[in-house]
Amino acid sequence: MEFGAAMSPAHESVFVARGLSKTYRMGEVDVLALRSVDLEIFAGEFIVLLGPSGSGKSTLLNILGGLDSPTSGVARWRDHDLASADEGELTRYRREHVGFVFQYYNLIPSLTVRENVLLVTEMAADPMAPEDALTLVGLAHRLDHFPAQLSGGEQQRVAVARAIAKRPDVLLCDEPTGALDYQTGKLVLEVIATVNQQLGTTVVVITHNAAIAGMADRVMRLANGAIASIKVNARRCTPSELQW
Amino acid sequence: MVSALDRKLRRDLAHMRGQVMTIALVVACGIASFVASLSTYESLRLSQSDYYAEGRFADAFVTVERAPRALAARLAEVGGVATVETRLIRDVTLDLPGVGMPVIARLVSYDGGDRPGLNRLHLRRGRLIDPDRPDEVVVSEAFAAAQRLGPGDGVPAIINGRRDVLRIVGVALSPEFIFAVRGGEPLPDDRRFGVLWMNRHGLEAAFNMEGAFNDALFTLSPDASRPAVYAEIDRLLEPYGGRGAYGRDQQMSHRFLSDELREQEIMATTIPPVFLAVAAVLVNIVLGRIVATQREQIATLKAIGYDNAPIVVHYLKMAIVIVGIGSAVGIVLGIALGRMMTGSYTQFFRLPLLAYRVPLWVPLLAVAVSLAAAAAGAAAAVRRVAALAPAEAMRPPAPRVHRRAPIERVWPIRMLPVRLLMTLRLLLDRPLRTATTIGAVALSIPIIVLGLFWNDALDYMIETQFFAAERADVVVAFSDPTNDRVRYELSRLPGVYDVETMRAVSVRLRAGHRSYRTAILGTEDGARLRRLLDAAGRVVAPPPDGMMLTDRLAERLGIAVGDVVLVEVLEGSRRTREIAVTGLVDDMIGLSAYMNIGALNRFLGEGAVASAAALAVDRDGEAAMLARLREMPRVATVTVRREAVETFLATIATIVLVFSAILCAFAAAIAIGVVYNNARIALAERSWDLATLRVLGFTRREVSAILLGGLVVELALAVPLGWWLSFQVVDALLRVLHTEMFEIPPVISMRTCVAAAAITVLAAAVSALIVRRRIDRLDLVSVLKARE
Repeated sequence: MEFGAAMSPAHESVFVARGLSKTYRMGEVDVLALRSVDLEIFAGEFIVLLGPSGSGKSTLLNILGGLDSPTSGVARWRDHDLASADEGELTRYRREHVGFVFQYYNLIPSLTVRENVLLVTEMAADPMAPEDALTLVGLAHRLDHFPAQLSGGEQQRVAVARAIAKRPDVLLCDEPTGALDYQTGKLVLEVIATVNQQLGTTVVVITHNAAIAGMADRVMRLANGAIASIKVNARRCTPSELQW
Repeated sequence: MVSALDRKLRRDLAHMRGQVMTIALVVACGIASFVASLSTYESLRLSQSDYYAEGRFADAFVTVERAPRALAARLAEVGGVATVETRLIRDVTLDLPGVGMPVIARLVSYDGGDRPGLNRLHLRRGRLIDPDRPDEVVVSEAFAAAQRLGPGDGVPAIINGRRDVLRIVGVALSPEFIFAVRGGEPLPDDRRFGVLWMNRHGLEAAFNMEGAFNDALFTLSPDASRPAVYAEIDRLLEPYGGRGAYGRDQQMSHRFLSDELREQEIMATTIPPVFLAVAAVLVNIVLGRIVATQREQIATLKAIGYDNAPIVVHYLKMAIVIVGIGSAVGIVLGIALGRMMTGSYTQFFRLPLLAYRVPLWVPLLAVAVSLAAAAAGAAAAVRRVAALAPAEAMRPPAPRVHRRAPIERVWPIRMLPVRLLMTLRLLLDRPLRTATTIGAVALSIPIIVLGLFWNDALDYMIETQFFAAERADVVVAFSDPTNDRVRYELSRLPGVYDVETMRAVSVRLRAGHRSYRTAILGTEDGARLRRLLDAAGRVVAPPPDGMMLTDRLAERLGIAVGDVVLVEVLEGSRRTREIAVTGLVDDMIGLSAYMNIGALNRFLGEGAVASAAALAVDRDGEAAMLARLREMPRVATVTVRREAVETFLATIATIVLVFSAILCAFAAAIAIGVVYNNARIALAERSWDLATLRVLGFTRREVSAILLGGLVVELALAVPLGWWLSFQVVDALLRVLHTEMFEIPPVISMRTCVAAAAITVLAAAVSALIVRRRIDRLDLVSVLKARE
């Protein structure tokens, strides 16, 4: 398999997986969620993980995000060994390096837009001002609204702002458009693309919407817990060019 | 065949066992305290009335100097008198070997035998006295126990100046001396005062009282007019030195016992029902909240075709199981505690029939109240959910539109980190729930204080009464009024460094239609050892003319400062005169009147005489001084205050201890029940948010702090509120408890406040730690998926 064929040599590899396996015990049976996956992700890359339910893409994202540990194999984020890290180390890893965007936004309903972002910037070492992060996603005018007063797309953009405000090394997005309509979904994808391009943040998006794949540098298809194919896009589409 | 819903019930209950247990615990405590105290009170009350009936306790009493026995027939003819019994009573000093302190025995003539009369003895050991053996005595049980006396022992007594040895043949109880209190003494002291019943002829011979009596007992017909009967008895006895007839209400032992019973009644009918109500309200709220967290499940049941009725029944069963567990534990615990409390009262009261009884209505009512509260809480919550269309109910409740509370604009709050703001909003979001939690946790503090403050109040009482007012180490009472020169003799005794003489005289005070038998105590000008204190704690002195009264006595007589009281002297000269009340004295124990000793002696028409003396004594010289006092012929009784107080406190301590332990346990159960369930429900409602925060990189500690931080704030508000409530509750309780004989001051020490807060906080902390463990186990991956 050719890793990083489209990448310039200057791009360092930030995430490395070797022989990554994950087995869940579901009642009486063992479910093999990941089967010896090898993978490398480079700084500043935009990756889309495609695959149907049960393909292992969520498990991979969870391990990548420090939410879960592999059963065997190597998983490293730069010099962090994610496979053997304990609960405290994983928490620190998430806190310092990872930004999450969830399918259902997961905003704290009792905090305003600005406060939802502050929540994260208050504990970050070198964060953006919450207002700047919200300007980036086009919500500078809604700082003092509570989530319940926003549309789904707006809420998801707040979630993106919250994720990027601490300047994470990697932005992990789990079905970011899954709960949104077509137009709103595109708006959110544009924000994610902007973050990737302007801030140089590595982005990993998991989705079963194949149309989104056009935005990526590389598209990895997962099936049955393994990477079935990796496609390198010669040219990345802008979200406005996407159709689904 | 167990229905599916019943299986769900069983598994739900197993799953929420922490919550089930803590709620059941609160119910159990409410029921236990209700059952324990009401059954104890009922047991005491029934024992008293049974014993009075069995022992034929007299209705009326009178003491005279010396009257011929033939007068009994005329007393029996007084309209309203059913039976009369005359007796001979004398207090003597006992010369018990190896006992350094002076011990007084009251010798009471007892006929018993074939003609059982009034105030019958209840024999506990040995036998009654043989009418032909003048040296045989039966001893009161409390005294026998305190002095380790029993049948076969000889008791040396100084009888009319002669040392005689009395033979104990039995140990008995008497309805007249359930509390053996000597006149003028505030508290019973079983080590220094006992009752010996002996053959009448022996007693008559020893005191040259052949054919005479100095005490009489009466039973009255039910329709007798007491004032008229007493007036007629007094008229007949006046020539013989009658001290005034009185009823049970002024009989010392009865008064102590009825005061104690009244206290028990108040404690039993006020505090436990409040506890039960608190428990019921908590169970109502908590169960309601638990049902509300099952919103989606209720909706699903409706969606698949269940009617509202079986769903309501399902949750009612949940309430019944929880309350059922609590009731079973509560009733068993309540009966055990009731037995224990009744047992510790046997020591105190010495009622022979003290059998433990649980009136059936007590546990039934307790269970019914708990069940109704729980069922109402559960049913209301189910109805709220059932009112929604299933599709709507299956979705989580719509996110609340939050608003900023005005308090957030205040500067220090505006500057809070967002995490603290979340905690704050968690509290402000549901102000009613937060207020209920604060209120409920706060309630556990007065409950603990109620158990602990008695010691503070008693300490304070002893401090003021015995160290600020009655400061003498030893009080000596003379057998007859004695020339005041006795003070010089006393001051030469070893160890004595200050002497004050006093004059006490029995009187009846009348104001309008109210009257009261008590004593006027004459004290010296500038008294140092027997001081009088007013309500503000200032030392006051009776004026040269005029009289001061215990504030509660003025209240009883319905008079105020400046009013005039008619004083009838009940001994010696038997003069009568109106005397103005010039001030009130804040005695916490007893009801007395005070005059200047000079003024009192002039009023009585006697010279400079004293009937008692207060001594300040070095502890080193005490033993030698007591030995010398015993040899002085005029000395009737000697009281060492310190020991009297210590004995009394030791008795009270055991009762208070049981009571405090129960209340502390109950308060801890409330705190745990409230805090644990509250945190569990908050966790259930917020687990999605909290898991999100964990994914975003918050540590377990930080996430716990957000949820449990609210608890800290609630506790911080609950503790001062609890302290404030404590003062209110104690004050209100003592207002109701205040008896004629005692006034317990509403004093709560810092130590008690801190202990109450500490127990509550500890209980809350234990609950928080358990919930903290659940926060640590939050499922992070689930929040990335669809919301449940």
